[in-house]
Amino acid sequence: MPEATKYQDPATIQRVLHTGRSIAIVGLSANTLRASHFVGYYAQRHGYQIIPVNPREEQVLGEESFNSLTAVGDTVDIVNVFRDPAAVPAIAKEAVAVGAKALWLQFGVISDEGAAIAADAGLDVIMDRCLKVEHARYIGRMHWLGLNTEVVTARRPVRR
Amino acid sequence: MQERHVAGMMELPERQFGFQTRALHAGARPEPETGARAVPIFQTSSYVFEDPESAAAYFNLQEYGNTYSRIMNPTVAAFEERIANLEVGAGAVAFASGLAAQSSTFFTLLSAGDHVVASRALYGGSITQLKHLFKKLSVELTFVDPDDPNEWHQATTERTRLFFGETIGNPGGNVMDIEQIAKVAHDHSIPLVMDNTFATPYLCRPIEWGADIVIHSATKFLGGHGTSIGGVVIDSGDFDWSNGKFAVIAEPSDAYHGLSFHETFGMYGFLMKLRSETLRDLGGCMSPFNAFLFLQGMETLPLRMDRHVSNALEIATWLEARSDVVSVSHPAIHYRENAGLLEKYLPKGAGAVFCFELHGGRSAGQNFIRNVQLFSHLANVGDAKSLIIHPASTTHRQLSDDELQAAGIAPGTVRLSVGIEDVEDLQWDLEQAFARSN
Repeated sequence: MPEATKYQDPATIQRVLHTGRSIAIVGLSANTLRASHFVGYYAQRHGYQIIPVNPREEQVLGEESFNSLTAVGDTVDIVNVFRDPAAVPAIAKEAVAVGAKALWLQFGVISDEGAAIAADAGLDVIMDRCLKVEHARYIGRMHWLGLNTEVVTARRPVRR
Repeated sequence: MQERHVAGMMELPERQFGFQTRALHAGARPEPETGARAVPIFQTSSYVFEDPESAAAYFNLQEYGNTYSRIMNPTVAAFEERIANLEVGAGAVAFASGLAAQSSTFFTLLSAGDHVVASRALYGGSITQLKHLFKKLSVELTFVDPDDPNEWHQATTERTRLFFGETIGNPGGNVMDIEQIAKVAHDHSIPLVMDNTFATPYLCRPIEWGADIVIHSATKFLGGHGTSIGGVVIDSGDFDWSNGKFAVIAEPSDAYHGLSFHETFGMYGFLMKLRSETLRDLGGCMSPFNAFLFLQGMETLPLRMDRHVSNALEIATWLEARSDVVSVSHPAIHYRENAGLLEKYLPKGAGAVFCFELHGGRSAGQNFIRNVQLFSHLANVGDAKSLIIHPASTTHRQLSDDELQAAGIAPGTVRLSVGIEDVEDLQWDLEQAFARSN
């Protein structure tokens, strides 16, 4: 199985989205036009606790920004990464150290080494997938935009 | 702030469903509020916002939310998701017509001074659109032989931004070697845009052969009943718009307060731009009622196409054997020496639209059409009913004699769109038309 699809398992993605409550976003920008801000805004709107990790910001989306994952202190369920792939192995080690349950690498953030560090420590790993898109696919309203969710079901969804 | 939901997971199917199953179900999840099984017709121009913050989030594209039916509508979205699923694309955007879908795609990707390489054997309306509309927009154009990859390569310049062709040419019946032409396009770092109207995703899925964008006139086989005009654009999500040639997708957009569609939406960048800028600005949206009729039609697409292609092949073979017919352009006849091409791209059949040429030129063609009883004389294809037309007088009227010849049309050419009637009745009708015309 290619590395990328190994870390794109639909069941894992849904479990992480449904069980996680706090998301540390590494590289979260205060610039509202950046992809990281789109994801942070969306996740906060859908009730997740957002923890910005970015030494260049003081506060993002009304939350204090931390210099590193290890500086956070609070429980981190999902570590969501918007960084250069080269930075991922170090982030993965920190994610393991703070007891995170999942490492989620965004579109283009591809690091087999980082993914392996987290997976070997028992974390769920998702790679080259967008947290906002996957949430919208299974829980949100991606189907309102004519995008192919690949969800095919005759079950009546729970209203949301 | 919305409450967070953890119940009611929408699970991906554990099984990869077949084409007919997806033609019935994809995009059409039961409506949560009422349980309605058919896709409801959301005949509304606008949508009440929960609060000002939600309204802002929808317009900023930070949240998926309905704003205005020129840009999005839940009934239209069900149609878009269904065709995107069947074409194995990342998503789709529907338009008021096939030509609106096509012009909006070009408008999104091209700027003044850019260049397009297109097949010479296109639908007459597409040739006219490319030639005249693009002249006004200062886009350069080169037509090439669709069957010769080298011509596509030779025609490409530094400013070429896309290739455009038809899976099955209208009406000449040429079949593009999609995989080869896609390779030439990708060697030049540009996308291949394919019109797949005549094949439908049941017979051929261009994205599986490397095409990047697929366009349909939904008016034809997708709707299948000649009731509604509509079009749709499907994107594979695979093309790298950040390769340096597509600042229109990759760079911050002045038309959307500085948003960079490629960075923000990744594989959905082109589709988001097509919807939230081009559809917003040019305004050629599909009506919800038409989307409903297209959804209804697509439920039986595989069943109809099987009958369309078998009837068409039988009629074409029957016509070819007649002494009063000069030639028949059905792909199965045209590519008899190159059957591997059809076996590769159209294993279930080569569509149901083809031409035949009568002795006696223009008047013979017109006379024949006067004498049919069951074939409807009209300017459409892909209806469940059989259709007939004389291209030189109608659909390809604006073309010069040279262009007609290049598109495979003679003065005595008659185009058929073979329907799903009893094939013996269609043969009877053509037979009596031959008898009366002679």
